[in-house]
Amino acid sequence: MTAVIAPGEPGWQRLNPWMLAVTPLRQLAGLLPVIAVVVVIGIGQDVGGRIYSVLAGVLVVLFTGMLRWFTTRYRITSERVELRTGVVFRSTRSVARDRIRSVDVTAGPIHRLFRLSVVKIGTGERAEGREARELTLDAISAAEADRVRQRLLDPLDAGGPDRSDAPAATELAALSWSWLRFAPLTVSSLVALVAVAGAIGQLINDVGANAVDVGGVREKLTMAPLWVGIAAFAVLVLMIALGGSVLIFIEAWWGFTLVRELGGTLRIRRGLFTTRSVSLEERRLRGVEVVEPPLLRFGRGARTIAVATGLGGRRGHGRGTLLPPAPRSEAHRVSGAVLAEDPSPTASVLRRHPLVALRRRLVRATVPVLVASAALWLAPVPTWVAWAVLGLLPVAVLLALDAYCNLGHALTSHYLVTRHGAGVRGTVALQRTGVIGWTVSQSLLQRRAGLVTVTATTAAGNGGYSVIDIETSEGLAVAEQAVPGLLEPFVQHDVSGVTHPLGSTA
Amino acid sequence: MSAPLRLRPPRHRVSRRAIIWWSTQAAAEVAAVLAPLVIGVFVWDDARPWLVPGTVAVAIIGLGYLLVMPRWRFRVHRWETTDAAVYTSAGWMSQQWRVAPMSRIQTVDTERGPLQQLFGLATVTVTTASAAGALRLAGLDRAVAEDLVEQLTAMTQATPGDAT
Repeated sequence: MTAVIAPGEPGWQRLNPWMLAVTPLRQLAGLLPVIAVVVVIGIGQDVGGRIYSVLAGVLVVLFTGMLRWFTTRYRITSERVELRTGVVFRSTRSVARDRIRSVDVTAGPIHRLFRLSVVKIGTGERAEGREARELTLDAISAAEADRVRQRLLDPLDAGGPDRSDAPAATELAALSWSWLRFAPLTVSSLVALVAVAGAIGQLINDVGANAVDVGGVREKLTMAPLWVGIAAFAVLVLMIALGGSVLIFIEAWWGFTLVRELGGTLRIRRGLFTTRSVSLEERRLRGVEVVEPPLLRFGRGARTIAVATGLGGRRGHGRGTLLPPAPRSEAHRVSGAVLAEDPSPTASVLRRHPLVALRRRLVRATVPVLVASAALWLAPVPTWVAWAVLGLLPVAVLLALDAYCNLGHALTSHYLVTRHGAGVRGTVALQRTGVIGWTVSQSLLQRRAGLVTVTATTAAGNGGYSVIDIETSEGLAVAEQAVPGLLEPFVQHDVSGVTHPLGSTA
Repeated sequence: MSAPLRLRPPRHRVSRRAIIWWSTQAAAEVAAVLAPLVIGVFVWDDARPWLVPGTVAVAIIGLGYLLVMPRWRFRVHRWETTDAAVYTSAGWMSQQWRVAPMSRIQTVDTERGPLQQLFGLATVTVTTASAAGALRLAGLDRAVAEDLVEQLTAMTQATPGDAT
């Protein structure tokens, strides 16, 4: 239990002995429904036999859980982290220390009962040869986990002596309970709604037949006007969605802090029942994105997401989240703090894009609505359907206006800032040194409008961030300035005044 | 700003045989769409009043595509390498220009499908660390492609940088 990692020593270690209890407990918890079914169905038959079979199952589970502990060993050397498991199928996973991009520490309720933590060591997306993409130590003591985390993320520690002093950390952000007001404006409220709808559907299925038989209630139900029922139902659903989203928010973000540690690591800690700790090396950071989904925008809220390499996949499955739904000003402040820029580049004043871009958006939004409504007019359906579709026109126009207003870009001394989105608004600040290429694209309609879309490609985040529908010459100038020398050899000053990139071929 | 800026076309064209390659591909695509329609015309009597004009329309559009796309592509698809970067242009109706610096290139792959082998062509794909940054040089002459891969591999090895 008190195994201290001796650096450089080739000592293999076991996981925490409490795992002998935790693994079977978790597996039994999962098996509980099965056991219940077996026991209940067994009643009336050979009760003893049923109980014996359950006991046998439990023993097998206990045995395999214990076997797993006895056969698992890990080792952290100055070069790599290794994990060996299995008896029959032996497997050794190995991760080179210099490839480690992330060390995440999670602890679910059962783990926390025994003061254990799961350490997940990630190398990002690419894996070569016998290298593993990630490696999970499930589980070691919480104190041990913290030591492992610090050691693996410390660039100075390559077999050197353990640092006894705790690294000084600066707090960049912490949870404010007033942010709870944003909880109902997030997707989790929708999730809660769906869950509730499902549960109610189930309930009606299960109870429905009996409830109808209760005469008095049935009469009252049929006497009350329909709208009362609908309204009551709607209020109920709304209340539950609100409550559910608030609960989800509290569970996920309890005790949230964002801290910059001495070794150049950003660390996010959060969680009520399951505690999570995500660490992000700052040298992997290429920028920051402030995301404002539609509902959150109404409440003037936003989230901040890290644009970093090695998070694995698109936006790293939420691993890059730096801030819960918070006031927009806070999202920008945290962006600035994370990038060590004041004011935050995400809050810069953006240059608007030409009005032609608005025309493009209006056409794109309204034409499908008009065509659909015309088609429905001719089709053998009631005319009100066509009218209803036509009624969507104002919505389409509003979306187009919103999409145009959200277009913008800026170039600060270190960052390329771009914003776009209809409904969901995203503002990205990308390090100019993190740009590893350019893609300039132009559709036929863009060519006629004299616009281009300029995409900065990067190793981080989505892989590319676009400045959409920018005037051709300005777009090329932005790319040229953002990364001096890269696009320059291929850009000409056009004396003839033709504004599309390949004047000769159009 | 002074005179407006524009991208100049990359220096080299792809192989002229690429036109035949793209034409063959286009012919196959058009045939795949047209075949069921033509069969429908012969098999399904009731539908002829609207299926025949539909098929004719598709055939006309397909023929236009077959005649225009390969030639248009040939005018657009170009490539160039300098000491510092690879520069390509591709597309036809909508066009893309891509630049990747030598120091960021991770892999250089060659790919030759059955049709490309038939016409002595090859496609070179240059990838960078970005998920969105791959450059495809389609329809290069086989020998040119081989030289290019050799040159790029040598250059990227000589250029320092971890490519991220």
